[in-house]
Parts: sequence; C-alpha cells; structure tokens
Amino acid sequence: MDEIFGIPAPLLFGQLLLGLINGAFYAMLSLGLAVIFGLLNIINFTHGAQFMMGAFAAWMLLEWAGLGYWWALLLVPIIVGASGVIIERLMISRLYKLDHLYGLLLTFGIGLIIEGLFRNEFGSSGLPYRIPAELQGAWDLGFMFMPIYRGWVVVFALFACLATWLVIEKTRLGAYLRAATENAPLVQAFGVNVPRMITLTYGAGVALAALAGVLAAPIYSVNPQMGSNLIIVVFAVVVIGGMGSILGSVLTGFGLGIIEGLTKVFWPEASATVIFVIMAIVLLARPAGLFGRA
Amino acid sequence: MSQLSRRSLLAAGAATAGAGALPLSRARAQAANTIKIGVLNDQSGLYRDLSGPGSTACVRQAVQELGALGFNVEVIQADHQNKPDVGSNIARQWLDRDGVDLIIDVPTSSVALAVAGIVREKNKAYINSTGASSDLTGAQCSPNTVHWTYDTWMLANGTGSAMVRAGGDTWFFITADYAFGHALERDTANFVRAAGGRVLGQVRTPFPGTTDFSSFLVQAQSSRAKVIGLANAGGDTINCIKQAAEFGITRRGVKLAGLLVFITDVHSLGLQTAQGLVLTESFYWDLNDRTRALTARVRPSMPNNAPPTMAQAGCYAGALHYLKAVKEMGVAAAKADGAATIARMKAMPTNDDAFGEGTIRVDGRKIHPVYLFEVKKPEESRAAWDYYKVLQTTPADQAFRPLAEGGCALVRT
Repeated sequence: MDEIFGIPAPLLFGQLLLGLINGAFYAMLSLGLAVIFGLLNIINFTHGAQFMMGAFAAWMLLEWAGLGYWWALLLVPIIVGASGVIIERLMISRLYKLDHLYGLLLTFGIGLIIEGLFRNEFGSSGLPYRIPAELQGAWDLGFMFMPIYRGWVVVFALFACLATWLVIEKTRLGAYLRAATENAPLVQAFGVNVPRMITLTYGAGVALAALAGVLAAPIYSVNPQMGSNLIIVVFAVVVIGGMGSILGSVLTGFGLGIIEGLTKVFWPEASATVIFVIMAIVLLARPAGLFGRA
Repeated sequence: MSQLSRRSLLAAGAATAGAGALPLSRARAQAANTIKIGVLNDQSGLYRDLSGPGSTACVRQAVQELGALGFNVEVIQADHQNKPDVGSNIARQWLDRDGVDLIIDVPTSSVALAVAGIVREKNKAYINSTGASSDLTGAQCSPNTVHWTYDTWMLANGTGSAMVRAGGDTWFFITADYAFGHALERDTANFVRAAGGRVLGQVRTPFPGTTDFSSFLVQAQSSRAKVIGLANAGGDTINCIKQAAEFGITRRGVKLAGLLVFITDVHSLGLQTAQGLVLTESFYWDLNDRTRALTARVRPSMPNNAPPTMAQAGCYAGALHYLKAVKEMGVAAAKADGAATIARMKAMPTNDDAFGEGTIRVDGRKIHPVYLFEVKKPEESRAAWDYYKVLQTTPADQAFRPLAEGGCALVRT
C-alpha cells in the first residue's frame, strides 16, 4: 500500500473527499453571509440559528405534515426565508444607518433567542431525520466507502453556489443589487425600489442557510446547537475569504474544509483550531482577506 | 453615544436587580435554618437533556418526598456550559457568597474535577452524579465528594468486557479530547487488554464543537479493528452512531461500543438507528416496580415529560440521602462541616426507589448493581421510551473498581 507522509494513500484520499464535503457546508453558509454583508452591510450572526431552523423545518414538515426530503428542499428555504424577511422588516432595517456593531449585536441576540426557544421546545439531544430512500446506500470507490448522500450534498452545494454567483454577477437583478451597494440613493433615483430589494436579499441569504440546514439534517443530529457549532467556523471562512466577496467565500469554504480534513489525519486534536490559526495568519498578511478589496 | 450609555446602564441595572439582589436578600433572611442545594450542570449544550433542568426536577422531587424535615431546603441551578472556568466561578460564588451547602450533578469530568477541588477547599458537600471520570474516587478523591451514579471504570467493565467476550478482541477508540474521554479510553483499554484483546489505535476529537466524525470513523475503519469504542457522550455519541450507519461501517461487521450512552441519546437516534446497541447503565426507568413508581411521580415535572436518565435519577437519590444525613446530624452541624456530612452519608446505608439498597464506600464511591442493556428493535418496543432489555446484571460488589486499586488517599491499606 502506498504511503504519503506516513499515511496510507487511500486514507488520505478519503480524508480529502470528506474535507470537500464539509467544505460544501462551509461554502453554502459563508455564501449566504457574504451576500448579506455585501449588500446590506449587516454581519448576520443569526445565520447559525437560521441554518438550524432549516434542519428543524425539514423535520417538522416530515413529522407534522408528512412531507419528505424533496418537499423540504423546496419549501424550507421559502418558509425560513420568509421568517428572515419579517426579521429584516421589523428589526434589522432600523439599523442600516448605524455602525456594523449594532447589526452584529442585534442579529447575535436574535440568534440566541431562537436557539433558546428551540431548546425549550425540543431539548438539546436532537431529533432523528433519515436519509431519503433515493439517496441511501453507498459507492465503493476502492479507496473508501462513499455514502451516496454525501456525494449529493457536494454536487447540490456546488450547484447552489454557482447559481447564486451567476444571479449576482451576470443578471440585471444582480447588477441592480451591486449598484445599490455602491450608491443606493442614485439607484433609487432611477426608480428601483431599493429597500424592497434589500429585504429580499436578506431573505435569499437566509434561504441559503436554511437550504444548507435541510442538507445537513440527515447527516448531523438535528439539535438546537447545531448552528452555533458551525457558525464560528463559517465566520472565520468569510473573514479569510474577504468580507463580502462571493467567489472568495465559496473557494475558501471548500479549501478550508479540505485543510481541516487533512488536519484530522495528521493532528486530530488541532482540527477545531486550524481554521483560526489560518485566519490569524491571513489577517496579519492580508487584512482584507484573500479575495477582498482593501 | 449618550443614548447608548443610558441604555446599557438601564439594562445593567435591571439585570443586577433580577439576578443578584433578590435572591441575596431572601437568602439572608432565613439562611441559618436553610439547606441550600445548588444543581450545577449543562443547561444549554449537548448534555442538557441527560442532566440539565431534569436533574433539578429530580432534586426537587427528593425534597418534596421527604416532607417536613424541620428545616427549609432551597434548590437553585446554574449552567456551567461544560467549561471548567465557568463552573469554577459559579461554584466559588455559590459557596462563598450565596451560602450553598451542597453542589450536586456536575456533568463534564473536567468541570467535575475542578468543582471537587473547590468544594474540598471550602469544606462543603459534593455529590457528583453525571461526571464520569473514575479519578473522582481515585487519584483525586476527596472527603467532601460522593460519586453517585456511574464512572468510567464501571462503564468499561460493563460494556468493554462484554464486547471482548462476544469476540470483539481488536479495538480502535474515538475519544473526546478531555478528562472524561481520556479516563474512559484508559479504563476500557485496560479491560480489553486484560481480557486478551488488543488496542490498535485511537483518535482524539476536539471537545466541544466537533459535529462531523466521518473522518475519524474512516480512520477507525482503516485500522481494521473489530470494535470501534466511542469514548464520548451525548451529542458526540449520537453523531458518531448516526454517521457510522451512514458510512456503512456497522453493516460491514464492525461493532460500535457506545461506552456511555444515555436513554436520551437512544431517543434522539430513534430505534431504527440505535437497535442492537449494547450499553451499560445503573438505572432504567422500566427496571422494576420501584423505578416505575419513581418515574410516574417525577415525570410530570420533567422537561418534555421524559422519564429520568440514570444521571437525573442519581441526583434524586443523592439529594434524598444527603437530606436524610442532614436531618440526623442537625442543620447547624451539616452547614459547618461538609466533610462530616459526607462521612455521615457513608455511615448510613442508602435506600431509594432509583437504585434500591446500597452503600457509599470510604473513597466516596456509591455502590449499587449495574446493568448491561441492549436497545430493542423497533417492533419490540411497545410504548414510548420502551427501549431497553436487560442482558446481564452485575452485582454491586463487582460493578465498581475494587477499593484498593483506585489509589485514593482516603483508603488506608
């Protein structure tokens, strides 16, 4: 058996692949954050809670309405996204004129409240959610045993990231959005309803988080703290990639997933820390992030 | 800016009034004739369901059942967030300022050991129910500590030995990287080797904060061990079992040994995923008439109407026994000397609905029978929470580490 750095090659390939899968979650979550920050200038700390709401909404649809995974994939982003629209209209929209910090504190507080409510209702040990029948089973890749569902997650996440990037960079709507980021009064003067656009953008960012939540439900225990475990890492990803850079956050998400996966082989104890070490180094060398504009 | 500072001042004022001032004034009024029990555990994280508010409900149940004691009992609770620094701060504040006489529960071994040191320093009483490290009654034993429900040696002895006997003679450990995981791995590895098995390797996973265990599971699988020992608990164990099923590890004949599994974990996994899992516990709500009666009494005040876990049952039984000891020796004596109260508890035989009759050893170890359970198949389960069948009962005198082997300084050889 071939070895690379003293690790059997099949194990190493397996870890690369698993890292890529985790990277898919990082990418989808950081993408939503980047979209929201880029257009609203809000650092959305509710994002983890919204990811968790996505997973719980999938569970509720199944248990209470009998609607399975595929319906959840369609309906959950709409439902949770709508809740985001309400939060934006009622609360966040009042803070646009203030410093970033206020938005951060508000969204952080909302996140804690949502988590607390779910914890009171459902407890902390989580709920079961099964992999849909169509995606059960696994491929034997020779070097590892690859669950079909995990492959699906990577493909779907790549597709969602690409679609979001295309909408923002290549469509007229995306052009309006980018223009509004640069100079909102001017765009409004041209007859574009900027406040509504911003509201819908926040809803779309939240919907992305909820979509990631649905994808995560069959893999992880569906519990109220599932978002807060992930969100700190995702913020590090956004900071490393460059705040507001969409392509940057996607590439960094996948890249850091792989680096974390490799750390789990070479030095497992450090695998929760490695991303923050990278963040510190990147901030020292390139304060605006790898893909950000200074 | 002025608006901000005014607002934060108001908020701070309200918070102090709510959190600090009221309990203090009440405590001073009746402190002399009141025993104050502090339930310190995880109220917001992965161990919340297996201890958390349910433990407090069980302690309150014990207080209520004892009826008129001739003194008042006040029960308070706090969230240590599984962090030793947070837990230590709360413990110090409780013992120094708030007049707490007994700290009970305390999951997360790192916090459990830190609190044991503080309680000893202040000479108060400490009943640990949910902490697992066998060091609590071993190298770090204390005259102020009773370790009630279970420990890593007992779990290793129960599940570890049973797995080796069933043919699982090569092991790989997935270990939560803190005091509990290390102790559980160490104790289990000793049993595996003693029974003629081999340990092929282990991986230490960051705690808390690991949600994806697939990398570690794949490493475990590539070691070609027959048994993957899960030296972790709560949400970590749930994610491991769930993801092991996803990666087809169990279907390929590799056995998972959940070294510490609570009934809440089985509930969360669902029987479909958890069926066949072998685990060790010292309490199960449906074990006998006494446990069923206790469950029926306490269930209405439990979160989500769940039956108590063994950890929560330990809080009930521990508080019950402590209050009996306080009643015998008098409130003033009990408040003045925690070690003397614990000594009194050790001198009295225990008897409660959760664990039956038992004793507390000189090193602080509570002794009772221990059960090896198997999780039922979905079709075998006839009611909600009907999850276990008993495979084997280990009598009390064999279930825990022999007194001489723990290295506890309280044991005179």
